[in-house]
Amino acid sequence: MAGLILRRLASTAIVMAVVALFVFGMLHLAPGDPAAIIAGDIATQEDIARIRAKLGLDRPLVEQFLVWLGHILSGDLGRSIFSDRPVAELIAQRMEPTLALATTTMLFSVLVAVPMGILAAWRAGSWIDRLVMSFAVLGFSVPVFVFAYVLILLFAVNLKWLPVMGYVSLREDPVGFFKSLAMPTLALGVTYIALIARITRASMLEVIHQDYIRTAHAKGLAIAPILLRHALKPASVPIVTTIGIGVALLIGGVVVTESVFAIPGLGRLTVDAILRRDYPIIQGVILIFSGVYVLINLVIDIVYTFLDPRIRY
Amino acid sequence: MAAATPLESEARPARAGAWFFARRYPTVVAGLAILFLMVAIAVFAPWLSPEDPARINPRMRLRPPSAANWFGTDHLGRDVFSRVLHGARVSLFVGFAVALASTVLGLAIGLVSGFLRRLDAVVMRIMDGLMAIPAILLAIAMISLSRSSIRTVIVAITIPEIPRVVRLVRSVVLTLREQLFVDAAVSLGARLPRILAVHIMPNTLAPLIVQATYVCASAIIIEAILSFLGAGTPPDIPSWGNMMAEGRTYVLVGWWLLVFPGLFLSLVVLAVNLLGDGLRETLDPRLRRSARSL
Repeated sequence: MAGLILRRLASTAIVMAVVALFVFGMLHLAPGDPAAIIAGDIATQEDIARIRAKLGLDRPLVEQFLVWLGHILSGDLGRSIFSDRPVAELIAQRMEPTLALATTTMLFSVLVAVPMGILAAWRAGSWIDRLVMSFAVLGFSVPVFVFAYVLILLFAVNLKWLPVMGYVSLREDPVGFFKSLAMPTLALGVTYIALIARITRASMLEVIHQDYIRTAHAKGLAIAPILLRHALKPASVPIVTTIGIGVALLIGGVVVTESVFAIPGLGRLTVDAILRRDYPIIQGVILIFSGVYVLINLVIDIVYTFLDPRIRY
Repeated sequence: MAAATPLESEARPARAGAWFFARRYPTVVAGLAILFLMVAIAVFAPWLSPEDPARINPRMRLRPPSAANWFGTDHLGRDVFSRVLHGARVSLFVGFAVALASTVLGLAIGLVSGFLRRLDAVVMRIMDGLMAIPAILLAIAMISLSRSSIRTVIVAITIPEIPRVVRLVRSVVLTLREQLFVDAAVSLGARLPRILAVHIMPNTLAPLIVQATYVCASAIIIEAILSFLGAGTPPDIPSWGNMMAEGRTYVLVGWWLLVFPGLFLSLVVLAVNLLGDGLRETLDPRLRRSARSL
């Protein structure tokens, strides 16, 4: 088991190294002079030179990479070009709302999607199944921000039940917190719910037709324990794996959702950085998000090898 | 020598089944119909539009939908209907271009890497790394480093899509590599390029077509998101994403600025997804149970 974990850790480290190489390489492989592009159209030669020096673009490539990597490993993500503040500090400041939104969305999505998928598989071919599957196709087709504006127009503009935008911290006002996150959670969750419901249905269907499930029926067990205990457990490996992979969807969606609802999190930081071409910030956010994504999937992998004796790599 | 593959014989009844499917499952037909309609709109947009989509008319600002302006007018008095029609061009062009580019590149990388074990390890680590970066963020980073243009957008969306295609092609190649007909070709003295082109590639086509539709749908969504965030299509070209970006300021007074571009965007993606699901079930029954690509 220890060997397995070590091997998974090593492959995770390799993936992160490749990510770092990409993030670094992009700045250098981009067509044209990145310093000039970041500086903008009205920059003087001195501005461009200043940015080039700040990004370390004036030194040899290998040296640049090693220096940069060393900084990152020690937690130094560089400084913002626009505000000259450390990127790590800017990211830390914006972490809370993003974490809150991601947590509520994950909880909500899993709690809604898994029962949906189980129901659809149990009643495969019925109207419930068709409803769930239609919802899944729609969930994949309506982009996050489009659905977000449908919600805003409906619940904030027409019915006036919820605030149009903004974020209230949990510590300040718990009711306001949930009110401010209700629509963002729903909007961000739709694609994720579609994804999880679909895989839950598919993997439940595979299990449900097996002999031991028929035996459970035959010995007179109620439907709920059969579905939840006998069927869901063996079906859960692909479901949990998909929940992990789907985090990539969530991360992309967070950026958009925060922008729509004016939530001051990492997504907003990124969007503001795009408009100012503040590359160090974008770079830092990518590293953080990719790291979180890789770590979540690593944990899921390891936990599963403990839980499911069938899995052996 | 004809490539007598066991899979090819299976493909024939599947093709006949496509027509059966079309009659039996109206969703695929609906998907195709909407898609054709949207392509027609995109191609004939200049002739279908009642007004020049760029014409500013300050006296007609923010008018709700009416007989003269079916979808209302925006904050500069431009006709939203004409702009929505023109928006189809960017979305579909980007969608098709990304689907084509990432499929061709992914096919080439996947074929070669599936056959050359040594290269494979390196290529797959690179693909793993690429997949660990959320597509939208990767695209944002690339665009923030270059001047905004449709071409940049296409490149920025294509690169994160490539690994998914590579993985698919590679998995097909890995199973085919052990088949007898490949051994036979090798022992007859066929070289690698010929084996790949004649014996392996045709067998990757069915799942590849399905994958291409999903890539197309995801590319259309990502283009819209990038444009919405101000990192996509330049503002002088109307696209559904940047129309909604301009309209968002007026969410309280002009619902039509958001609803119509959003509706068309969702319809196009829905059409492509319906088509993809339908193709998947007819062309490649092996894919049916696998998880949908992200």
